[in-house]
Amino acid sequence: MRIKIDPSALLKTRWYEFVLRFLFGGLITAFAGLIANRFGPGVGGLFLAFPAVFPASATLIEKHEMQKKERAGLHGFARGRKAAGVDAAGAAIGGVGLLIFAWLVKTFIVSHGTCPALTGATVSWAAVSLLLWQTRKST
Amino acid sequence: MKVILFRFLIGGVAVSLFAVLGDLFKPKSFAGLFGAAPSVALATLGLTVASEGKHYAATEATSMMAGALAFVVYASAVSWILMRLEFKAAWVAASALPIWAALAFGLWFVCLK
Repeated sequence: MRIKIDPSALLKTRWYEFVLRFLFGGLITAFAGLIANRFGPGVGGLFLAFPAVFPASATLIEKHEMQKKERAGLHGFARGRKAAGVDAAGAAIGGVGLLIFAWLVKTFIVSHGTCPALTGATVSWAAVSLLLWQTRKST
Repeated sequence: MKVILFRFLIGGVAVSLFAVLGDLFKPKSFAGLFGAAPSVALATLGLTVASEGKHYAATEATSMMAGALAFVVYASAVSWILMRLEFKAAWVAASALPIWAALAFGLWFVCLK
């Protein structure tokens, strides 16, 4: 299946769903900072890979798929659940990219500076995730 | 307090941006990649370097590797359960969080502490 951009998906998202994700993201970022201050960077760093918005996103995907099926007069629970499962499989692939991101930041932030290290690591996260996703799709 | 509020705002914006990107793309498995975007890390590491220095940020990134490995296992477990068992996504995603915590802290304790 080819990658497509579907802007209409944004219209299906309600305003409170955007707010919810903003709150989750903000809270976990603030929490990671507080943990690092209290227990040191070793423990604080773990929370940089905390599945912050994953439960909220999975719930929204399930809900949107269910609503789509119910509008067509069908019972959409199984479809919604499986859509969330497929999204989670994608997140697992992205998690490998996240591991590469962390390794690159750890390796290069001191020697090459903050901006180049974070930019390079983010590009690598995207590239590794895309490559693994395509490999998985073609096998 | 000001720093925490600033972190909250930056984190909220970064996570929301990646979430919107995820909403835009199809198919769902590709959009799912954005669920593992380094949004919290990007929001945090820049601020950390400014306040604590690069070595502190490098230590955080080292621990983040353990967190990321735990994330892979967590997301795989959630996917496996949702594809096979009849539970609601919110319930599975929330109740599997201890898997992430146990693995992340376990790896950190065994390999990095």
